Amino acid sequence: MPELADVCNLATEKLFAVFSENMGPRQYIELAKAIGKEIKNGIDGIVIGHGTDTMHHTAGALAFMIQNPPVPIVLVGSQRSSDRPSSDAALNLIHATTAAATSDIAEVMVCMFGPTSDEYGLLHRGTRVRKMHSSYRSTFRTIGDIPLAMIERDRITPLTDAYNRRRTDREVKITPFFEERVAMVYYYPNMQPDIIDSLVDNGYRGIVIAGTGLGHVNKPVYPAIERATKKGVAIYMTVQTLWGYVHMFVYDTGRDLMARGIVPAENMLPEVAYVKLGWALGQTDDLDEVRRIMLTPIASEITEREPYNGYLIYQGGVPEVEAFLKKVHK
Amino acid sequence: MVTIRVKVLQDSLVQSSILSYLLRRFGYERCKLFEGDRKHSLETNYEISKQRVGYKPRRDTLPSDYSALGFKCGLEIHQQLMTERKLFCRCPAGLYNDKTDYDAEVVRHMRPTLSELGEYDGTALMEFRTRKTIVYRLKNRTACTYEVDDTPPFKIDRQALEIALRIALMLKTNIVGELHITRKQYLDGSIPTGFQRTGIIGIEGEIPLSNRKVRIIQISLEEDSCREVSDIGHMRTYITDRLGMPLIETVTYPDMTTPDEAAEAGYYLRYLARSSGQVRSGIGAARQDVNVSITGGTRIEIKGVAHIAWIPELTHNEAFRQKALLEIAEQLNLNLDVARWKLIHKNVPPRLLSGFYSMMPDLPASHRLIAVNLPGFKNILSFFTQPRRVFADELSDRLKVIACLEKPNILVSEHCRDELVLSETDLDSLRELLKSRDNDAQVLIWGHEDDIPTAIETIDERCRMAFEGVPNETRKGLPDGTTIFERVLPGADRMYPDTDSAPIPIEDDLIEKLQQDLPPEICDRFEQLREWDVPEDTYEYLLSKNLVPVIERISGECGLTPRFVGCFLGHTLKRLEGCKPWTPGFSYSKIYGLARFVADLGLDNAILKEMLPVVYEHPNIVFDSVLTTIGYSKISREQILSHVPILRQKFNDVCTSKNPNACTDWIMGNLRKMALGNICLAELRAAIDKGVDGD
Ligand SMILES: [Zn+2]
Repeated sequence: MPELADVCNLATEKLFAVFSENMGPRQYIELAKAIGKEIKNGIDGIVIGHGTDTMHHTAGALAFMIQNPPVPIVLVGSQRSSDRPSSDAALNLIHATTAAATSDIAEVMVCMFGPTSDEYGLLHRGTRVRKMHSSYRSTFRTIGDIPLAMIERDRITPLTDAYNRRRTDREVKITPFFEERVAMVYYYPNMQPDIIDSLVDNGYRGIVIAGTGLGHVNKPVYPAIERATKKGVAIYMTVQTLWGYVHMFVYDTGRDLMARGIVPAENMLPEVAYVKLGWALGQTDDLDEVRRIMLTPIASEITEREPYNGYLIYQGGVPEVEAFLKKVHK
Repeated sequence: MVTIRVKVLQDSLVQSSILSYLLRRFGYERCKLFEGDRKHSLETNYEISKQRVGYKPRRDTLPSDYSALGFKCGLEIHQQLMTERKLFCRCPAGLYNDKTDYDAEVVRHMRPTLSELGEYDGTALMEFRTRKTIVYRLKNRTACTYEVDDTPPFKIDRQALEIALRIALMLKTNIVGELHITRKQYLDGSIPTGFQRTGIIGIEGEIPLSNRKVRIIQISLEEDSCREVSDIGHMRTYITDRLGMPLIETVTYPDMTTPDEAAEAGYYLRYLARSSGQVRSGIGAARQDVNVSITGGTRIEIKGVAHIAWIPELTHNEAFRQKALLEIAEQLNLNLDVARWKLIHKNVPPRLLSGFYSMMPDLPASHRLIAVNLPGFKNILSFFTQPRRVFADELSDRLKVIACLEKPNILVSEHCRDELVLSETDLDSLRELLKSRDNDAQVLIWGHEDDIPTAIETIDERCRMAFEGVPNETRKGLPDGTTIFERVLPGADRMYPDTDSAPIPIEDDLIEKLQQDLPPEICDRFEQLREWDVPEDTYEYLLSKNLVPVIERISGECGLTPRFVGCFLGHTLKRLEGCKPWTPGFSYSKIYGLARFVADLGLDNAILKEMLPVVYEHPNIVFDSVLTTIGYSKISREQILSHVPILRQKFNDVCTSKNPNACTDWIMGNLRKMALGNICLAELRAAIDKGVDGD
């Protein structure tokens, strides 16, 4: 990559050679510790090359394990392998390196193509980003908010000013914990209670449900949920719709579920709620403490409000999208 | 029937006194005017009907006149609360955007919903058929997905709840055990959901006015609506910055029996809310709806009155408008049977009207001109309803709102205001076209062909309502004290439970905690100001800004009399505010700091009045430099007095005034600047008067 030398002094380190789908808690922990060490050693920014399939899981996990970092931590990958001339790998890497070296945003982020054209990349917050297309170059989208910044070869344009600023100190808190017996259940009509029961009987300590609509599952599952929470299993509700908040006061279903001990997880993405629950249960057995951790926003995994342009797959915040919105009614 | 022929006199004063004599003597119905010239006779109809209604300007109206009318008035006071966030979402409260500054627009249409009886409200349906497009402007900074009704409500803002409870306690209402959020329907689009989320906090309280107690029906916590940007034709535009901000609505019983009492209650409730120290002030932060009725009339709500000072004139005129409508009903029912009454309307062929086309030469091809005959309505269209307003305005206002016909939208056969009147030739053509009879009235309307059916229905409906008296509607108050039609009232069941929110329990502990920390009552504050001998002209200012605690603090800690501080704030500061808004950084603590500074240096307090303008302009200035700026230097009393003999000598040389005070005045004038801060000016004057000229 000839251009990278112009951007920064680069030191590389190979931690694992695994397929994206084989990344898991052990790798999150090792990665978090390694990054912590580099930060203490005075590095100015970190770029992590990662397979794209589970990049958002890893980004979420790192956002919880590396708290309040003083420098940018940027995950990057490619949707087209670097053996083809039209690969997005090089431009992504240039963008990511530029972001890590020069940006003022000291958060865990994903840097990938904005549009499918070779034009600009977007910096997405690690806890709000999701892979949304199986093959498109611009597959990563910020969900329920707008991206942090637009990035071109020589320029970073922040789209918001609500982010943690780069600092010169080397303070960072690494919390490398993860309870592996946490599961995510994607609800479907006619789901049977034994799905939940079997998780409980197999010793799972936490379950994140991706419910329908505002956060619902069907009635037959209720007894299993009640049984699980009585046995001390932490159950959190997220939404399959990805955009929007869990609102369990609107329908009886929601109220009934809350009465059975399910906790609404605000607007945490299901995958993010999953890694957060693993991380929280890794730290404590006290379910009240787990609940406190889960519902306290750490890295914008829960946001207070959803901007009108946060629900745009074509990515709100980006100037040409905003210009379009102003001309055409939303 | 007595027919009296009156030659219309040029002198309108003489004319109106003759008319009023005739009216008293023979009664209106029996009094037919000899009509020489239409303009004159109809101008007179406005005057005749005004006489018949018994309209008087407010300054000439006695409390007994209002009780004869059966005047009753109640208030709904809306007051924004000083919270960080909005009521049901986490957007910031209190930030306003320029109306043209927005990030995106959202379009909605409001549909009337079925009532619990399974019916649609007639006029609401009529209005719906004209289809208004509602456009909402969004700014990311001030609105989220909740404001545009794209997400359910979040948990209620605790800060808002506590402030509302505190004010409910100050109103001595009974606090509810659980707050239930309900939906209040709004079809005008001012809230994108089509309803406002509101919850009753307390019921049955009272406030003491000078003459009576006014009972409070309830106090609710609710979300504010959008601000209107424009309303033209079929498009109404709103901006969403204010939407969702928490406010309280205090509703009184209709206990006020005169317009002045209504204003007094308004001021009392405002001072009370302000004394909590937790409400917003400034433009639009407090708005009142005023309802008025008279015997035989209807409870009419005048919405969104921006200033309490407007209340007396608005309620006065509304009372007489109702009286006028009752007179009209009586008049109509005398000769007509509403069940058989039927208006006739006809398309007006092009070029039939020369006068109209000279006024509106380029009417679009899609527009129609419609002539309407109103049987038996002669002298009704020009009937007085409010000062400078006639019954024809009741039609015109509704055509604008319900049928979306922009004004001017009507011309009528009777003379009232010039802009409403058909030309003689046009009138003749219309009468011929409609085959009108002598006692009929005619109107001409125009507008887009799609809006015409609603327009005709609107005229028909309003004319039929005229047989009954005062239609149920809300009205909008104008600065000149008159009102215009705003909208028809939705049915009685416009409130229903909000299924999106859980009931919010209000804990006894919280109420007890709030109860222990209530500010003194407003009536006690009045009493306090009187006791301090603070001049009465400052009361409104001091109470509306909640300055009694500030006076207490400054006078208590800086060795000043409350009277002095009261004047200092209520005169000196108020005068400064009148010239220029507060400079950022200026605060009441600055005033306290200044008073403290002057007290610590042992300066005479009169110097404060000179220093304040400097601090007001430059809040961050060091107080020492303020002294330099105003040219103060420390001089002893003896030194100042030592100038007196020389000045006295000088005065005697130059002046020959016979005024016994002239000499002292002149010396004071010369010494004022030097004396300020160093010696009490009154003391100095006394010393000069006494001739104690120092050593
Ligand atoms: Zn909001």
